[in-house]
Amino acid sequence: MRPSLADLPLGQHAKIASIDCERRLSRRLMEMGLLPGTRVRVVRVAPLGDPIELRVRNYSLSLRRAEAAKIVVSPEDMV
Amino acid sequence: MSGRAPLPQVLIAGNPNCGKSTLFNALSGGSAHVGNYPGVTVDRSSARLRRGTQDIELVDVPGMYSLTASSPEEQLAVNALTEGDTKAVVCVVDATTLQRGLYLALQLIESGVSVVVALNMMDAAERLGLRIDTERLSELFGAPVIPVVATKRRGLDALLVALDEALEPASGSQGATVTYPAELEADLAKLIPVVAQWRSETPRSQLRVFALWCLLSLGDDSLRGVPDDVRRAVHDIREDADARGRDVDLEIISSRYAWLDDALSQACSAEEPGPSWSERIDRVLTHPIVGLVVFAVVMFGIFEALFAGAEPLIGAIESLTGFMQAQAAAILPPGVLQDLVVEGIIAGVGNVIVFAPQILMLFLFIGFLEDSGYLARVAFVIDRVMKGVGLHGKAFVPLLSGFACAVPAVMATRTIERRRDRLVTMLALPLMSCSARLPVYILVVGTVFAGQSLGWFSAGAVALFSMYTLSVLVTLAAAAVIRRTVLPGPAPTFVLEMPPYRWPSAPILWLNAWRRLRIFLVDAGTIILAMTILLWALLSFPKSADVAEHYATERVRVEQMAASEVEKAEALRSLDSQEAAEQLGNSFGGRFGHAIEPALRPIGFDWQIGVGIIGAFAAREVFISTLGVVFGIGEADEENKPLRQALRDARHADGTPVMTPLSGISLMIFFLLACQCMSTLAVVRRESGSWKWPVFLFSYMTVLAYMASLAVYQGGQLLGFG
Repeated sequence: MRPSLADLPLGQHAKIASIDCERRLSRRLMEMGLLPGTRVRVVRVAPLGDPIELRVRNYSLSLRRAEAAKIVVSPEDMV
Repeated sequence: MSGRAPLPQVLIAGNPNCGKSTLFNALSGGSAHVGNYPGVTVDRSSARLRRGTQDIELVDVPGMYSLTASSPEEQLAVNALTEGDTKAVVCVVDATTLQRGLYLALQLIESGVSVVVALNMMDAAERLGLRIDTERLSELFGAPVIPVVATKRRGLDALLVALDEALEPASGSQGATVTYPAELEADLAKLIPVVAQWRSETPRSQLRVFALWCLLSLGDDSLRGVPDDVRRAVHDIREDADARGRDVDLEIISSRYAWLDDALSQACSAEEPGPSWSERIDRVLTHPIVGLVVFAVVMFGIFEALFAGAEPLIGAIESLTGFMQAQAAAILPPGVLQDLVVEGIIAGVGNVIVFAPQILMLFLFIGFLEDSGYLARVAFVIDRVMKGVGLHGKAFVPLLSGFACAVPAVMATRTIERRRDRLVTMLALPLMSCSARLPVYILVVGTVFAGQSLGWFSAGAVALFSMYTLSVLVTLAAAAVIRRTVLPGPAPTFVLEMPPYRWPSAPILWLNAWRRLRIFLVDAGTIILAMTILLWALLSFPKSADVAEHYATERVRVEQMAASEVEKAEALRSLDSQEAAEQLGNSFGGRFGHAIEPALRPIGFDWQIGVGIIGAFAAREVFISTLGVVFGIGEADEENKPLRQALRDARHADGTPVMTPLSGISLMIFFLLACQCMSTLAVVRRESGSWKWPVFLFSYMTVLAYMASLAVYQGGQLLGFG
C-alpha cells in the first residue's frame, strides 16, 4: 500500500504518483497543477483535524483528508 | 444590448484571487454596469471604455482556473469567447503563482483569440525574490506580457497600448504550440470533423482547440447546447482510450504543464521563495487554539455588527418611513388613495430600504474577509463542522448572518462556488432565527409566561433560548435532508486555494458593497414593493359600507354626548379602533383568516391570530401591528400591555382561552419555522434565478411549521398541558 497525501507527515516533501478519484475532481486537481511528478508538501492541518493545506507550485491549496487520501505520493528522503 | 450595435468586447479573465476585479475597476474607473448572464445567476460586470476613435466594452469574466467546463456557469467563459463579439482577452495572472495562472493564459492563446497577459502583483513577486523575464515570456507565448500592479495603478498605460495593438484587425496570438502525444493527435483528427459540423462558423485554426475542449469537458457535464453526435464521438474516443489504459485528461493537461514548465525554466528564476509574512500570519490564524479564538472573535464581531450595530440605522429608516407616512397622511385627503400611498407604497419602499444597512455592512465585512484572504481561512477552520451536514466550509458566514437577517445572508451565499452547494445553503438558512422573529417571541413570552419560572430561570428565558437552539438544529438538519433529497449529487468537494494575505482596498470594498445593494434594491426591491401593496389590498378590501355607516352614526352620537372633550376624544379613538378591527375582519385577509380557522384550531390558534400570520408575510414584525388592529387596540408593539391583555382575554367559541403556555409555544415554533417573509422569497428568486426555489422554500417551511406546531400542541394536550 503506497502512502497518500493524507498520510504524509507535516513538512515532508513528496512527489505525486497518481490521482485516483472521480474524473471531475481529478481533472480539477490536475488543472490546478497537481500532476504525476509534481512536488507537494503538507504545510498545515486545520484546527479541527480536517482539511489539510498543501504547498504546490508556489501556492497553497486546501483539501479534505478524504480527497487527499486519493492522491498517491512517493515521499522524498527527509533532508 | 438590444437595439444598439454590439460593441467590440474585451474580456478580463483570470484565476480567482489574481486581482482581476481590481484591474477591471482600475481600467473602468469604477463605472461598471452590473447585469446578469442570461440563463445563469452569475453577475456580469461590464464597462464602456473609449480607445482612440472607438468604444469597447470591458467584461469582467468570473474567476476561473481553466476554460474546461462541466456546468453552465463554467461554460460562460467559453461562450463569451466563441459566441460573443470578443475581440481580445486580457488574461490577468498573479505573478506569485505564475504556473497556474499561465495555464489559463496558455489555453486562451491556444484558442487563437488576441490575448494580452497582465502580470499582476509584480511588486509582491519581486519581494519574494522571483525574477521574471517578461520579454522572454512574450516571445515564448506569442502574446504581449505586461507587468502591472493593479492596486497601485502601475503599468496600466502600457497595458492599454498593448490592448490597442491586440484590437487591430488580423492580430491574433501566434506561437505557443503545445505538443500533444501522437495518440491524442489521432483522436483529435477523428473529432475535428464532427466538431466542424457543429461550429461551422468557427475558423479552422480554432477547431482543434475546440475539439480539445470537448475531450476535456464532456462526459460528466451538465453543459447546454452540445449536439448528441459530438457527445457520442467524445464518448467513443474516451472509451477507446480507457480500454488501452490511456488517460485523455492527463495527456492533455500534463502536455500543457510540460510546455509551461519548459517555458518558465527559460524565463524565470526557479528558486523556491522562503516563508513569506503571509505564511507567518497563517501560523497564528490557523493555529489549533489561537486560530479558533481569532475565528470566534471575528465571527462574533460580524454577528454583533449585524445584530446591534445596524439597529440605529434600521431605527432611523423606520422613523423616516413613519415620518413620510405621517406627512402623506396630512397632505392627502382620507380615503383609498391616502391608504394606498401611506400603507402600500411608502410602507413598501420602507420595507425595501430597511434592509440596506445590514446588506451594506455584511458585504463590507465579506469583501474585507475575501480580499484579505481570511475568508478562505474561515472555510478552512470550520469546514470540518459543515462537512457533517453536507455543506461547504464557505456556508458558515451566510448561516451565521441568518441569525440577523436572511435577506443579506442569502445574498452572501455568492461566495460559495458551486451552484448546488449555494442552493442548499440558501434553502436552509431562512430557518435560522432572524432578528425579526424576536419581537414575536417577546410578545408571546410576555403574554403567557409573565412572572413564571422554571427552577432558577425565568420561563421566558428558557423559551427564548430553546427557540434559538432549535433553529440551529433544524437548519443543519434541513441542509442535510435537502442535500440528500431535493438536490442530490456528489458531496461538495473542498478544493480551495488559500491566497496570500493582502490588505484590501477600501474604495473597492465600498464599490462592491454598493453594487450588491443596488442589485438588491432594483431586483428584489420591486418584488417586495409589489407584494406589500398586494398585502395592503388584501387586508383593506372590500370595505363594508354597512360597517362604515354604523360607525359614522356612532361618531355623531358621541359628538352629541354631554361629556368633556377629553372623554369624547377617547370615545372617538376607541370607535376608530373598533371600526378598523371590524373592517379588517371583513376584508379578504380577514375572511381568509376565518376560512382557515378550522386548520388553525388543531395547532392552538384562532382566526385573529390567523389574520396576524397573513399580515406577517410582509415582514414578521408586522404580526404584532396586525394583531393590534385585529383586537381593536390600534397601534401596538411587542411591549404593549393592552395587546398582551387582549391576547390573554381572547376566548375560543367554547369559552376556553386562546393563549395558553402551550399555544404560545406552538405559536413561537410556527414563527420559527414558517417562511413568513416575502423579502426572503424575493431575494431567493433573485439569487437562484427562478421562481421554483422560493416556491419550494415557502412550501417546505410552511408544512414543517404546521406539522411541528401540530405535534407540539396536540402532544402537549395529550400529556395534560394547556
